[in-house]
Amino acid sequence: MRKSTNQWAWLLVTPMLLMVAFSAIVPLMTVVNYSVQDILGPDTRVFVGFEWFRKVLRDPELHDAFLRQLLFSGAILAIEIPFGIAVSLLIPRQGSWVSASLVVLALPLLIPWNVVGTIWQIFCRTDIGLAGVVLTGLGVDYNYTVDPLDAWLTVLVMDVWHWTPLVALLCYAGLRAIPDAYYQAAHIDGASRWAIFRYIQLPKLRGVLIIAVLLRFMDSFMIYTEPFVLTGGGPGNSTTFLSQFLTRLAVGQFDLGPAAAFSLIYFLFILLFCYVFYALVMNSGPET
Amino acid sequence: MADIILRSISHSYTISRGAADSADSAADSDEYVIRDLNLHWRDGGAYALLGPSGCGKTTLLNIMSGLVQPTLGQVVYADAGADSGADAGADGERDVTELPTRQRNIAQVFQFPVIYDTMTVYQNLAFPLRNRGRSKADIDARVREIAGMLDLTEVLGQRAIELGLDAKQIISLGRGLVREDVAAILFDEPLTVIDPHRKWVLRRKLREIHRALKHTLIYVTHDQTEALTFADEVVVMHSGEVLQQGSPEALFIDPAHTYVGYFIGSPGMNFFPCEIADGAALVAGHAVPLPAPLATRAAQCGGALSLGVRPEHIALAGPGDDGIEMLVHRVEDHGRMRMVAGAVGEHPIKVKLTEAVEVGAGAGATLRIALPPARVRLYEDDRLISAAADLGAAAAEASTTGAGGRDA
Repeated sequence: MRKSTNQWAWLLVTPMLLMVAFSAIVPLMTVVNYSVQDILGPDTRVFVGFEWFRKVLRDPELHDAFLRQLLFSGAILAIEIPFGIAVSLLIPRQGSWVSASLVVLALPLLIPWNVVGTIWQIFCRTDIGLAGVVLTGLGVDYNYTVDPLDAWLTVLVMDVWHWTPLVALLCYAGLRAIPDAYYQAAHIDGASRWAIFRYIQLPKLRGVLIIAVLLRFMDSFMIYTEPFVLTGGGPGNSTTFLSQFLTRLAVGQFDLGPAAAFSLIYFLFILLFCYVFYALVMNSGPET
Repeated sequence: MADIILRSISHSYTISRGAADSADSAADSDEYVIRDLNLHWRDGGAYALLGPSGCGKTTLLNIMSGLVQPTLGQVVYADAGADSGADAGADGERDVTELPTRQRNIAQVFQFPVIYDTMTVYQNLAFPLRNRGRSKADIDARVREIAGMLDLTEVLGQRAIELGLDAKQIISLGRGLVREDVAAILFDEPLTVIDPHRKWVLRRKLREIHRALKHTLIYVTHDQTEALTFADEVVVMHSGEVLQQGSPEALFIDPAHTYVGYFIGSPGMNFFPCEIADGAALVAGHAVPLPAPLATRAAQCGGALSLGVRPEHIALAGPGDDGIEMLVHRVEDHGRMRMVAGAVGEHPIKVKLTEAVEVGAGAGATLRIALPPARVRLYEDDRLISAAADLGAAAAEASTTGAGGRDA
C-alpha cells in the first residue's frame, strides 16, 4: 500500500485532545499553578518556586500519615490477596450454587462507599451495633471511637469486607479459564492438592493477580470515604490517611499552595509505584 | 505391565456409578455415551481408537485412566505373566474400576500440551516422580535417561513455556514415560495442534519409543491415516459402541459393519441394497455372483441386506461379461489412478481404476463394471454376514497381525 502524508489525522484527534485537555490536563495544570504560588488575596499572588514542595516534604504530620498509609495499604494487600484467592477456590465451579455465591459475593461491591462507612459505624457501635455489643458482651474492651488500635482494626476489617470480593471475583474468572486437561494431567502426575495450586492455579492466576494488586493498591492508597464516615480520621490522627490529610490541608485550612504541592507528590507516587510494580512483574515472568 | 480389560462398560455423564440398576437399561437409553462395551488391550500393543467426534473415545480413555468412573461395568488389570500386585486376585486380576487416577499406572497425553508454566523442562519431567516421593538421585537418573530418549537433553534447563507446541507435547509425553511403573500411555488426539510436517516426526518418535519401551499405547484419533499408520490394531467406535477391533488390513478387507467400511478407506466402501436369488446378489437388477457358503448364509438372513465393495476392488467388466452398467458423473485423475464417481441405477458409486484402464469420455458416459465375488461383502442390518470359512480366516489374520510391527 502506498503511504501518503497529510495533516488530516490531527483534525480527527482534535475532539479527543480537547476532551482530555479539559478533563485532565487543564485541572492538573491548575494544581501545578497553585503549587508554585502563594496566594495572599484574591488578586495578590507571589511566585514561590518549590517552596511548598519543600515545606510539605518536611512536615512531620505528613510523614506520619504517609507511614500510616503505607502500613494500611501493605496490610490490605497482605490480607485481601491471599484471602481473595482462598475464597475464589471455594466458589463452586458448576451447579446451581454458582450464581448464588457470585451474587452474595458481589453485594459489598454494589454498596455506595459512604453507605459502607455508615453501615460499619453502626455495626460497630458498642451501644446498639451488633458487632460492638457482641464484642463488649464477650468481655473484649472494644471501642473504635476511643482506642486507636480498635479504630485501625475496624477500618481494616471494613476494607477487607468491602474489597476482598473484588479480588475473589477476579481470581474466580482466572480459575475458570484453566482448561480441565491441566487438572487431569496433574491427577495423572500424582500431584497433591497443594501442588495443583502451586504449579497450575497460581501461575495461571498471575495475570489477574497483577490487576488485583494494582487495583487494590491504588484504591487503598487513596482511601477516603469509608474512614471519613467511620472514624473521621480519629481518634487523634490514628486513622488519618493521606487523602484525608490532603482534604484537611486544602479545604479545612485552605492552604492551597501546600495542598497542591502535596497532591502532585501523591499522584506521582502512586503512578511511580504502579509503574515499577508492573515493570518488575512483566519483566520477571513469561508472557501468557 | 498388564493387560487392560474393559468389561461391560456403560457410561452416562448424568447417572453416577451405583445409581444405575443394570446394563440392559443402558443399552436403550439415550443418556449413555458408552453402551455395554467390552475390550481387551493386550500388554505392549500399539492400538488406535478411531471414531468420529462425539462417539465416546475420550470418555473411554478417561475411564481407563480413572478420570471418569464408569456408570456400569469393570476396568480390570490382568497379569500378562511376570507382574503380580500385592492385592492381585486368584487369577491375577485386579479390579481398578474405583481406584483414583493417581494410584493407577497409566499416563495420558492430551490434545493440547499440558506443561507446568513455572517449571523448567527438567522440573516438568521430574514432577510425577517428585510427587511419588522418589529420591533425588533416582529422579535425576530417570529424567536424564528419558530426556535423552526424547532429544530433550539440550533444553532441560530451559523454561518449558518458551518451547514450541511440539516440544511441549513431547514433554507431556515425557512426564508419562519417566514413571517406570506406567503400563499404558493413552493419547487423546495428541497431534491436533501440531504442524503437519512435525506430525510425522512425532509419530515416528512414538513408534520408536514403543519399540524401545514396550508400553501399551492407546491412541485416540478421528483421523484414519493417523490410526492406520500408528497402530498394530485399530478399534473403531461409533456412538458409544465398538464396531470392530482388528488390524488395519482386516478393517479394510473385512469391515464388520457398514460404518467401518464407510469410515476406513478413501473413499469409503460402496454399499447397495440387495436381495439374494439363486446364489447371487441382485443389485439394481443385476446379478452379482457370490461364493456358495456366503450365499447360503445370506439366504437365511431376515434383515435388510446390503452389498459392500471397495472402490479399489471394482474392475471394468472383461470381454464376454455384460457387467453392471454404471453412469459416470465425474472422473478425477489422481495420477496413479482415476477416481470415477457415478451411479448404478439410483445408487451412488465410486470406483478407483488404475491408470492402465482407459475410462473413455467423462460425465455422461456409461461403464460396464464387475464386482469380484471374492471381494464382495454382504451386510445384514449393517452387520457383516460372515460365511463360516471367512470367519475363521479373518480371526486368524487379526491375531497374527497384532504382533507384527509396522512403521509409521
